[in-house]
This record gives sequence, C-alpha cells and structure tokens, in this order.
Amino acid sequence: MLSPVILVPAILNGLLTGAVYGLIALGLTLIYGVLHIINFAHGALLTAAMFAAFFAHRVLGLDPYVAAVMLTPLFFALGYCLQRLVIGPAAHGEDRNVLLVTLGLAVVIENLLLYAFGADTRTVNLDYAFKVVDLGIAFLAVPRVVGFGVVLAVALALWLVLSLTDTGKAIRAVAKEKLGAELSGIDVTHIYAITFALGTACLAIAACLLIPTYYVNPHIGNAFVLVAFTIVVLGGMGSVTGALIGGFVIGVVESLCGLYLGESLGQIGIFVIFILVLLLRPSGLLGERA
Amino acid sequence: MSHWLAQVTRRRLLQTAAATAATGLVSAPSVLHAQGSAVKLGLLHPVSGALSYSGQQGRLGATMAVEEVNAAGGIKALGGARIEAVLGDAQSTPEGGNAEVEKMNAAGVAAIVGGYSSSICLTASQTAARYDLPYVVDVGVADNIVTRGLKNTFRFGPGFGVIAKTALDNLVTINDQSGKPAKTMMIVHEDSLFGSGLAKLLNAQLPERGFQVLETISHPTPTRDFNNVVLKIKAQNPDLVIPANYYNEYVLLARTMQQQRARPKGVYSILGGAASSYKFVKEFPEAAQYIMDCNHWFDPRNPKALALKKKVEDRGEFYTYEVFMNYSCILLIADALERAGSAERGKIIAALEGSTFSGHVMPYGPTKFVNGQNEGAAPVNTQVLGKDIQVIFPQTFATAKPVFPMPPA
Repeated sequence: MLSPVILVPAILNGLLTGAVYGLIALGLTLIYGVLHIINFAHGALLTAAMFAAFFAHRVLGLDPYVAAVMLTPLFFALGYCLQRLVIGPAAHGEDRNVLLVTLGLAVVIENLLLYAFGADTRTVNLDYAFKVVDLGIAFLAVPRVVGFGVVLAVALALWLVLSLTDTGKAIRAVAKEKLGAELSGIDVTHIYAITFALGTACLAIAACLLIPTYYVNPHIGNAFVLVAFTIVVLGGMGSVTGALIGGFVIGVVESLCGLYLGESLGQIGIFVIFILVLLLRPSGLLGERA
Repeated sequence: MSHWLAQVTRRRLLQTAAATAATGLVSAPSVLHAQGSAVKLGLLHPVSGALSYSGQQGRLGATMAVEEVNAAGGIKALGGARIEAVLGDAQSTPEGGNAEVEKMNAAGVAAIVGGYSSSICLTASQTAARYDLPYVVDVGVADNIVTRGLKNTFRFGPGFGVIAKTALDNLVTINDQSGKPAKTMMIVHEDSLFGSGLAKLLNAQLPERGFQVLETISHPTPTRDFNNVVLKIKAQNPDLVIPANYYNEYVLLARTMQQQRARPKGVYSILGGAASSYKFVKEFPEAAQYIMDCNHWFDPRNPKALALKKKVEDRGEFYTYEVFMNYSCILLIADALERAGSAERGKIIAALEGSTFSGHVMPYGPTKFVNGQNEGAAPVNTQVLGKDIQVIFPQTFATAKPVFPMPPA
C-alpha cells in the first residue's frame, strides 16, 4: 500500500486541504497574537460565513468565488462591530470575560442559524466542483487547487499589510507591547477591532473556498475549528507563518492517517500531534518562547 | 347485609345510568354529523436533524395518503370519519421519537405510522406497546424490530435479513447471466450499525458465493472527503464496488469515483443511500449512471403507483422510497380501520393481524402479517439507466434488462 500511485495523490490532497485549514487557523492565531484571547466564536462565525456563501449562491445566484469579494468586506465589518460593540465592552478588560463572551457568542450564533435554517445539511452544486486538474500522477480537484492559490495569496497579502502599512505596524506593536503602544498614541481599542475584523474576514474567504466541495449545516464550523486549534498550537500561538505551515502538516497527516488507519480513524493523527506538541514543544514550531 | 347490597346496587345503577347518559350525549351528535368525528393518526418522522430529508419525504407520503383517504369520503365504516394527522418530529434520535410517542398517546391517536430509522422504530414502537398503541413501521429494517414479541408492532416493508439474502441471490443471478464478469469486490461502508452490520454479513456471505472481498473500508458519517477511499479502490481495482452508506456520503463517493476516473465493472449496493434516488439521478446523472441497487421500490406496473409518482413530481418533490412506503402504510391502516369498524386500539391491532390488504403501491402482493412482519414484502433490484431508475430484477416487475458490466466511458 506504500506505492507512489496512492501516496503522491494522498499527500497532494492533504496539502490542498491543509491550505484551507491554515487560512482558518490564520484568523484564529492573529486574534490570539494581538488580543491574547482564544476566540471560541471562530467556528460559529465560519458556519455563518458558509451560510452566507450558500445563500449568496442560492438566492442571488453568485458564484462562491465572486461572493468572496462581497462577503470579505462584509465579514470584516461584522468582525469589527462584534469586537467594538459586543466583545470589548462586555469584557471590562478581563481576559476570562472575553473567553465567556466569545463562547456565548458561539452558542447564540449557532442556535440562531439552527432556528433560522434548521439542522439540514445543504450543498451547492457547481459545474466545476468535480472538475479535475490532471497532473499525470494525480487528479486534483479544481476547487481545491483554486483554494490553495487563494490561501497563498491571502497569506502574502496579510503579511504585506502587517509589515508595510501603518495599521499593520500598529497591530504588531499592540501584539508586542500593549501599554507601550498605547503610550505612543495608538488607539488600542481600534486596533483590537481591526485585528478581530481581519480574523473574521479570513473566515469569509475560507467559507467561500470550502462551499464548492463541502456542505453546510449549523454545526459544520466545529469540525474545522478543532483542527484549527491544533494548527495554532502546532504552528505557535500568534504566528502567521506557523499557522500556514501547521495547516499543511495537519492536512497531510490527516490524509495519510485516513489512508493507512481508515477514514474512521483519520483524525486521530491530528490529536496525537496536538498532545505531542503540548508535551514536547508547548510554544509550537515558530512560536516565541513563553 | 341486604341493605348494603341494595345500596351498592343503587350506586352502580346510578353510575351506569350516568355513564350511559354521558355516552348518549357524546354519541348522539356524532351519529347525526358523521363527518364531524375524526380518527387521529400519529405520523412520526425525523423531519429535523441528520435524517431530515428522509423524514420530510416520509411525512409527504403519509400526508398525501391521508388527504386521499379524506377526499374519498374518510373511513366509511366509521360513518365517513376523517383521518386527522397528528404530526411528530423524532428529531433524528430515538429519544426524540419516544417523546413524540408519549405526546401522540396523550393526544389520543388510534395508531402511529413511521419512525424511518431502525433505532427510532425500535424505541418508539416499544413505548407505543406500553399503551397497546398500534405502531406501523414505515422503513426501519433491523430484524429485531419485529422479533421482540410486541403485539402492537407491524412492519409493512421487508427486514434486513430478507433484503440481504435477496440482494446476494440476485447479484449471483445477474453476474451469471452476464458471463460472470465479477469476481473481486471492495466494500465501502459507514461505521454505524447499518453499514458495519451489512459489511460483516457481506464478508461472511460473499466468499460462500464464490466472490473475493479484496478490502473493506469503513468511514464515519459525515465524511467530507472520499479521495483516499477512491485512491484505494483505484489501487486494488476490484470488479465490483459495494457501498453501504447514507445519502450524502453515497453521493460524494460516487462523484469522487467519477472525478478520479475509478471505473469498476459495476457498483452494486444494498439499501444504498442514494443509489435508487431520483434526486441523485437528476442532480448528478453521470455519477449515478449504471449504479445497481437492491432496495425498497414501488411496483412499476401498478397504475396507482405511477399516478402517485406523477402527483409527487407535480408538487416539485422527488418520488423516493420514503414517500411510497409511508403512503402505503397509511392506506394499510385505513383499510384496518374499515374492517375494525372502530378506532379502538385493540380492534385495530386485530384487524392488522388479519390484514390481506393489497391496495398499496408496492410489489408485495396481498399483505400477510406473521409476528408483525409482512411476509409478502420484498426488495427489488434497480439500476440507473439514462435519466431514469429501472427495475431490473425480479422478472415479474422488471422494466429493463441489467447493463452489466457497465460499458467503458
């Protein structure tokens, strides 16, 4: 069963899936790195974004890739408002409150979706969803190849924003030294909200990349966010590059475990890695030493 | 003593008189306005949760039958009493089903139809048994649904044992007729009771019938990606792939096989989640092409079944097995009510036990319940040919000849 005929396509598929995992983790790790909070609402927001992409196609007839152009600013604004108007004020400056507020948000969002759309599993049918790119050694699904490219582009854009723009520099400053940043005149509340907005916008893009091949129901986000947490821990809390590399590693591990241990046990490798990283290298691959 | 006796007698007499007066009051108007009274029937389906599509289809079939019975003048033996449907949502869990049975019992239903999944049928029928409430299983195939000795539980459709045996017998016949192209197989099954049970049975039975099982692959429900499974199928290159999973996974597997150009000589499923679903055939005709299935199916030679098909399709819905099985179950109960001449639970059970009902749309012949199982019930083999699903076996109901092995793309 180690023949390259199976192994190569399995690894390639893992890399493609891992890219989208990485994008979801990117949002999570960004929010953690700056706000120092674990955003429990991440999964629920991803679900909401997937529903948005689904209905953009069903109701407005928009292709998910076109919808991404609309949904990304929309979710950026949503994320900004959530942090500025809900999470920030409700937290009263206490980290543990933030934890509870995001957890509460997750429960509210998921149940609103459940109430509005029911527990049904929905799928979008697109002509290109099952088209493939023939590499000779493997057939790669077109939506996944597109997803891979988009994720790399988004990661690059994010890296440029963080290193070159004033806002990006302010974000990094707040992440490094909140009090110092505040003293140099940076509006920390605004930067917090911008960071949360960036994380949420990542989810909107991820949702649009996922919807052509996956299905959506009110609990779908949890499946991805559990993987995303593992990636964040593996890549190093707060590290953008770490999230991307972690995504690829986890994607390949999941694919190979599925191949050799059976699909039912496919995710076991992910959680073994999770435990091993916590035991042996708690700061992750690229994380700064705690 | 005689004084005391007299007193009791007088009290009893008064009670009896009062009771008679009361029934008189109730029954008098119902005789005058026959249509005013109604027989309540509980329709229990998992219309939300993981099984919601099947549940909604089941509810559709049942309510359409209720509408038809009412439009045709109701239950004539009860003075034209209308059937009043009491709808229940089992929420795709046995607990949900149980709670609905309790509510339906409190609402005074005469009988319950439905359940859909084996696990819901098992618990719901047991709860109904506590109230001697007749329970007609619509689909649930687990054999133990009717082997627990529950007097109230009836299954109109076939059980798992019969289906598996028929499926294997028919597979051998179809293979022999085509010159035995299939020798090796791969089983892809979901890892809960249904898929694992079927895989175990196939692993025991297929070698006895001269087939070789190359590999058995299990996967959870839901599964988001079948690429690895299909890679393994391509590497092993079996003659036949046997999927045993629910609708979403079945569709995804078939589409991934198409995408990765995995083309065995045939795909043969037993109670395949999507294999004989018009929804699948309409949405993904290429992926569905030539797939064979052994499943519940209507009698394609019965005009009533075809009329119902048209009616369902005119509503913009798909004519899936949940629809025609539930439709038939309601007609079965309506027939029992006619012969019982009463909405009393015990009398309905007795009428069902003696049922010879044949006005349904299934290829079963007259109904005959033995220990609650309809002995005439049997699955048929279907195949997706063009844009339609044809019956290919048994001969009596066949509308097309099997295309096996499937022609190369």
